[in-house]
Amino acid sequence: MRVGLFIPCYVDQLYPRVGLATLELLTRQGLEVDFPVEQTCCGQPMSNTGCCDDARPLAERFLEIFSAYDYVVAPSGSCVSMVRNHYAELVGDHPHYAAVRDKTFELCEFFTDVLQIERIEGAFPHRVGLHQSCHGLRELRGGRASELMVDSFSKTRVLLESLDGIELVELSRVDECCGFGGTFAVAEAAVSTMMGRDRIHDHQQAGAEVLTAGDMSCLMHLSGLIRREKIALHVMHVAEILAGYEVAS
Amino acid sequence: MSHSGVDHPRLAAEFVKNDSRAHWHDQALWFVRAKRDKAAQSLPEWETLRERASQIKRNVSANLADYLEEFEANATKMGATVHWARDAAEHNQIVLGLLERHNAKRVVKSKSMLTEECHLNPFLERHGLNVVDTDLGEWIVQLRNEPPSHIVLPAIHIKKEEVGELFHRKIGTDSGASDPTYLARAARKRLREEFLAADAGITGVNFAIAETGGIVVCTNEGNADLGTSLPKLHIACMGIEKLIPRADDLSVFLRLLARSATGQPITTYSSHFHGPREGCEMHIVLVDNGRSNILGSDEFRRSLNCIRCGACMNTCPVFRRSGGHSYKTAVPGPIGSILAPSRDAQQYASLPFACSLCGSCSDVCPVKIDLHHQLLTWRREITVRGHLPWTKRVSMKMARIVLVRPAIYRMAGFLLRKVVLRMPRALLYNPWNAWGKSRDLPPPPKQTFRQIYQQRHGK
Ligand code: SF4
Repeated sequence: MRVGLFIPCYVDQLYPRVGLATLELLTRQGLEVDFPVEQTCCGQPMSNTGCCDDARPLAERFLEIFSAYDYVVAPSGSCVSMVRNHYAELVGDHPHYAAVRDKTFELCEFFTDVLQIERIEGAFPHRVGLHQSCHGLRELRGGRASELMVDSFSKTRVLLESLDGIELVELSRVDECCGFGGTFAVAEAAVSTMMGRDRIHDHQQAGAEVLTAGDMSCLMHLSGLIRREKIALHVMHVAEILAGYEVAS
Repeated sequence: MSHSGVDHPRLAAEFVKNDSRAHWHDQALWFVRAKRDKAAQSLPEWETLRERASQIKRNVSANLADYLEEFEANATKMGATVHWARDAAEHNQIVLGLLERHNAKRVVKSKSMLTEECHLNPFLERHGLNVVDTDLGEWIVQLRNEPPSHIVLPAIHIKKEEVGELFHRKIGTDSGASDPTYLARAARKRLREEFLAADAGITGVNFAIAETGGIVVCTNEGNADLGTSLPKLHIACMGIEKLIPRADDLSVFLRLLARSATGQPITTYSSHFHGPREGCEMHIVLVDNGRSNILGSDEFRRSLNCIRCGACMNTCPVFRRSGGHSYKTAVPGPIGSILAPSRDAQQYASLPFACSLCGSCSDVCPVKIDLHHQLLTWRREITVRGHLPWTKRVSMKMARIVLVRPAIYRMAGFLLRKVVLRMPRALLYNPWNAWGKSRDLPPPPKQTFRQIYQQRHGK
């Protein structure tokens, strides 16, 4: 099984540790993992700003680069949702579209749904607050959104809870948005900032040492606030925790 | 955003500036959302009901003309008079004409978002009529000379102390009084006088049943009953999308509506009107006002399924923190940000962007409108029509130019990591850095992921 590693552009540039953790997690499962170096961006920022003509060439590149693999895996629910749910409007008639859509997975769902693995060897003896990134939750259905009256589950939580010594804290608002939202973070900076602070506060009052999420974009926004306000809360991507990385200082 | 249009980011920033008030507003609405969760949870068939409601509404949209005719025929049979209004102006004219024909001077209204949409109150007042909104929240905002900030909780942005002060000035309650029971009693006494003196009652309509020709109005205060039981003239104003096919369908919607709106199992009063009382007149005004345009659009047709429960507002993390007035539309929040641009895309171009695309609204909506996807579709429509601000247009174009060529992408990344993010703080956090006003930028790593990968794999 050949897996194409899809590392979102800003993760490549700013958070290499997250890419490495993803690579290690997959390699440890005995998979053949390849990172096609021509990849850049899936086109989500342009698409979500309404600029389809700017997003389309990126979507086409993506399909061509990744069509060669059995699976495409990314440490980002948001970018995977772009491919799975929003490429249809951009490149729906591309010959590789349907195949790539069906084999592109977010990291945690790739473990639980494709590899059928719900236990990860390792330990993480810390109090962890899980931020449910919205697109992984409501666009990929990686867990039960609190609005829906269906059975409770979370693919990310299951994997985290399998680590020895980990304690997931209880938040007062289990899946409220952090306020990143792409260009929203800049265009609506005031509301975005307030949303971020409120999320951080919730994790603090719950006693979290480490705040984690399946999307680094949420964490870039939250850690930007945490650093500015010198809050004692560590921020790690889910992949880093699952790969057994030390708490980032 | 566009210069003439609604500047949601600016209005939202003003609301957020008062941190304690913004948090109070957020928590008040979150409390309602939490009540909704409990109420929804109490019904094992919740998701089935949502699906059923959405199917019924889809059928109504597909056959609206037939259902409207069936409704008109049946309502007329029961003695009501049905009027058709193409737009807000026609609607207002019809209502005024009816009031004038009955020589009505004093009008009591129960809650109706449609009349807000048509700006009926100011219109009637300009023609010398005395109009009183009898829903307590509506009455409060009317006394303050403001529009409602929420479709179910019109005065949710006002604290009880402020209501006390308002009532003290307007109806002479004790100075400094803020006890809700005391204030509500005072309001009730005053409104009772208005009911007794009224010449006509205007109500909204929650559901109009094609099969029976009856209409249903849901209130918690019984003010629709009182406002239509005393005067001889009842005018009910409704958008054409309020139709449901059969009386049986009502059970689906009544169970969803109040639970979604306030977490109650059902509204305190569900008032059914089947024709006028003896010796009285009942008129039903059916209003289009842009609805048939929406009906004709594949992308946005589903927004007409809305039953105006307000749940998408209560759950929206942006609405809770920016307040209903920041949208400058009669219907604010997620659904309002879809409906408003279809009336005027340039004027309301900022609203579909007042959203982090979290998707909570779509999951909370009792009729399963895919609200956040429609907001995204509106963003595209706004770009195509040329209403996207140039800053966004240009930055997205530049991003595309960089990202389609790996070499340029690597170079841009290099500049970002080695130059931009290493600039002295004073330079980096300049006034144009909207991100950096409240947030630090990430510390630049020495190498990118691809560099490390290529080293390790000798590629
Ligand atoms: S869009 Fe849905 S949630 Fe929002 S007010 Fe309408 S019915 Fe309620």
